[in-house]
This record gives sequence, structure tokens and C-alpha cells, in this order.
Amino acid sequence: MDSPAVEITDLVKRYGRTTAVDGLTLSAARGAVTAILGPNGAGKTSTVEICEGFRRADGGTVNVLGLDPSRPELRARVGVMLQAGGVPPAMRCGEWLRLMARFHASPLDPAALLERLGMTGHARTPYRRLSGGQQQRVSLAGAVVGRPELVFLDEPTAGLDPQARHACWELVCDLRAAGVSVVLTTHHMDEAEKLSDHVVIIDHGRVVAEGTPASLTGAERQLRFRARPGLALDELLTALPAGSAAKESPAGHYIIEGQVGPELLATVTAWCAAEGVTADDLSIERRTLEDVFLELTGRELR
Amino acid sequence: MTMVDGTAGQDLTPAPGAAPLPAMVFAQAGAEIRAMLRNGEQLLLTMIIPVLLLVGFSAAPLVNVGGGPRIDFMTPGVLALAVMSTAFTGQAIATGFERRYGVLKRLGASPLSRSGLLLAKTLAVVAVEAVQVAVISGVALALGWRPGGSPFAALALVLLGTAAFSGMGLLMAGTLRAEATLAGANLVYLLMLGCGGVVFPLAAFPDSVEPVLELLPISALSGGLRAVLADGGGTPLAALAVLGAWAAGSLLLASRTFRWE
Repeated sequence: MDSPAVEITDLVKRYGRTTAVDGLTLSAARGAVTAILGPNGAGKTSTVEICEGFRRADGGTVNVLGLDPSRPELRARVGVMLQAGGVPPAMRCGEWLRLMARFHASPLDPAALLERLGMTGHARTPYRRLSGGQQQRVSLAGAVVGRPELVFLDEPTAGLDPQARHACWELVCDLRAAGVSVVLTTHHMDEAEKLSDHVVIIDHGRVVAEGTPASLTGAERQLRFRARPGLALDELLTALPAGSAAKESPAGHYIIEGQVGPELLATVTAWCAAEGVTADDLSIERRTLEDVFLELTGRELR
Repeated sequence: MTMVDGTAGQDLTPAPGAAPLPAMVFAQAGAEIRAMLRNGEQLLLTMIIPVLLLVGFSAAPLVNVGGGPRIDFMTPGVLALAVMSTAFTGQAIATGFERRYGVLKRLGASPLSRSGLLLAKTLAVVAVEAVQVAVISGVALALGWRPGGSPFAALALVLLGTAAFSGMGLLMAGTLRAEATLAGANLVYLLMLGCGGVVFPLAAFPDSVEPVLELLPISALSGGLRAVLADGGGTPLAALAVLGAWAAGSLLLASRTFRWE
């Protein structure tokens, strides 16, 4: 039982002439939350659907709980939340969840699960009459009702309002605390940073970076501010200590990296005063996963 | 299945395991039956139209059915139509949309196996057919229907007909887009209703066409049921052979071509 929850080696998936997954290797530890982070079209869903047994790999190996993903015994041990759909539109969502529960030996109480997700009032509502966020929650409930060892959540919070998103995050934290392995895909870096033990950043079907959120963003801090676009950063750099860096990205948003301390702050504000520039939203922050992604790929996450 | 309540029902600690296969199949079959009986269009197709045809064509001398009471001619045809409406039309449309909405895909990730799902669908179709047969026979008996012949031969025809129509329905649902299945299944239903000896005797068609129409599964079922129930005939071997050929061919093709997504 020492095999990882998911182990993927050199995975390749092609659709016609498009290569969706291009030699991807990753490992998701048992009892941990692993986030696969990347922009739309990066290969997240293809990767997860191969792990779920929906698609076959064109190359490489995939092991889920130490088994080939096509093994039927995995279906009772693995919970799945699809990115969309999966529930008959005319079916009451409480009825669907009870049906899913009846496929398992010792399921959770469907009514209690709906209550936990704030859906009690909608148990008798047909699935198609629910809002997108409510449908997502029903689908999430279906993934965990069978008390699985491992759950795959494909963009679990896409389209959720903040309240529903927090209910979902809480459930993921509780799953982890109960010893369930969680693999989720997302393009929200805040979600990956908050929830996961391990983040795998992928782009164009390949892993571009991975690690804990802290190791990816690093200990380095940055000074950020907004001002009119096109400031002469070269001049600012000459005033800053050696090893500092300054950039404008996107226009009007400035990021200064280096030894961020009182001295650097004073230098920057003094320079702004000399230039007659008011720096808005001045703050000192750690890098975010979004910055990491931008640095690694030169592209925005969303 | 054990369901714990209160706080224990919230215990997320892994306790994986599939329910026993019969429990899963009955749960799924129950859901399918409820869906069929709750769907207005399906009820129109499976219950209302057959009963209206039975009453209407038995009462009014719209078509020449040859000798014998009209109700004895109509009832077997309407029973055949009822079997087709549930096993073929209803099942094709429902399964086509289940495929479109990812329902089949999601079930593929559940402990219910594909063979378990097909078994559940078959059970649901047979259960709805039992309700149809009870309703239609009740109305027919009230209208003076006096069936004869072997009930076992009639049952064999209905079961083989169900297999043939299910195969055709799943073949459409598993290969075409949901909208195309909807249109196609209704078109086939109408053609079979018109040309399959349901309410219009095949003898009314030109001699050159009649032998071809006799090879349709609906003609074999309605003709076979009529031979058994109305004429008190023995085992209708020709009809069973036609239905068996359709069942084998369509189920084989469906199992080879069915796309779950």
C-alpha cells in the first residue's frame, strides 16, 4: 500500500494531430491534496480523465492506487467529479445522490452531505433547474458519497460564488484531514495555494514546475505599486541596490524585486516623489503562483 | 447498504466498497422506471397512443381487417406497438440524451458495471412493458377481446421482440447525436406503425411489397402475436426467427459501435 495515490510517467495523449499531453510525469502522494494548475487547454482534463479510466494513454504509464486505471475494482475506491454534466437533467438532485450512495457498501448519508454543502433546500429540485454553482456542488457530493480513498475533482470551483467556493474548500480540507487523497485541477492560483500540499504547474501538456506552494513562490518578497504607465525604470534601477530588478507588467503595474526592506521602500518612494508620481496600492508581498506561472511560460494563467 | 445517521454520517474516513451487484442493478432499474413513468412525452408514446389506437380502430370500421371481431385483430398489433414504443423509441431517445449529458460517462466511473447498467435498463423496459400489457389487455378485455393460444408463445415473442427493439434503439443512441436519435426514433416509430401490420393488415399492401414488410421486426411481432392470440396458432417459428435475427444483428452491431461519450 506504499504506492502513491497517482503516479504518472511520461504520459502522452494525442487527439488527431494535436498533442494534448506531451510527456507528463507527476506523482500525487496518499493523504495529500495535489493541485494540477494550468491555463485552459494545458492538458489538465485529459490527464485526469486518463487517471479516471475514461481515456486511454497514447504513451507512458499511469498507476492509480498502484493499479492500471482501467481496473474495475478502482471504481468503488475512487470518487470522480466531472467538469460538467453527469446527472440526468430531469432527476431530483437528492434522488441522484441517493442512487449514487446505493452503489456503495458504506456510503455517507446523502441528506447530511447535501446539508453540509448548503443544498438541503434543493434536494427535491430537478438538476437542470439548479444554478451552475449548485450543479457543481451536487456533482462534488457524488464524488465523495461512496467514501472513496482518492477523489479526482476537475475544476471543482469553476463558476461558484464565494460562499459555495468556501464550502467546497472546507470539504476538501476535511477530506484531507480524514486521510483521503485528493487530486484537483484548477486555474485559480489562490485555490492551489490555499488547498494543496503539492502543486504541479502544467502548460502545453508538460510539467513546468512543481513543489509545495511555498517552495514555488519562494521566500522572496516584492514591492508592488500602480502608477501612470511608462515610468523610466532604468533610472530607478540606478538608485536601487545592486541585484534589484524592476518591471512593468501589465502597463501601469510595477513590481520591484530584490532586498525588499525599509531602504528599498524609501528609495522607491523618494524616486516617485522626485518624478512627481503618486504610487497607488503600494504593497510588499510574496510572489504568487500567478507570478511563477508568468515567469515560467511568459503567459497569463487565465 | 448501510446508512449511518447523525455525525457518523459525516465521517469522511475512507470506507470504499461496492454494493452487491443485484442491489446496484435494482437501484438503477428503479431510477430508470421512475424516469420513464414521470416523463410526459414517454407516457404519451407508451400508454396513451396505443390505448387510443386500440379504442379508436376497434370502434370505428376504418380499415378492413378481414373476418373475426375487430378487437381480436387490433389488440395483438397494439401490444406489439407498445413493446416497440418502450424498448425502441423510448429507450433510444432516453439513452441518446443520457450519452449527451454525460450521464453514461459518470455511471462509467461508478461501481455499476456496463453489463450491470444494461441489465438495469432491460429490467426497467420489461417492467414498463408489463404495465403496458396490463393496461392494454384490460381495455381490450373490456371491449370484448377474447384471446386464445399459448401465453408462453406470446411471452417468447414479446421477450425476443424486446431484445430486437432494444438492440436497434441502443444502436441509434450509441452512434448518433441525441437530436438525430430523437428524430430518427420517432420516424422509425411512425413508419413501423404504418407499415408493420399494427392496425393496417399487411394484406392491404401490394403483393410485391408484402413479403419485404413481413421481414420487419414489428411485422414479425404483430403478426406472430396475432397468429397466437387471435387464431390460437402454435409456436410461430417464422416470426420468432425474424425477431431472433434482428435481435442478434442489432445487439452485435450496437455492442461493437456504442460510444459512451
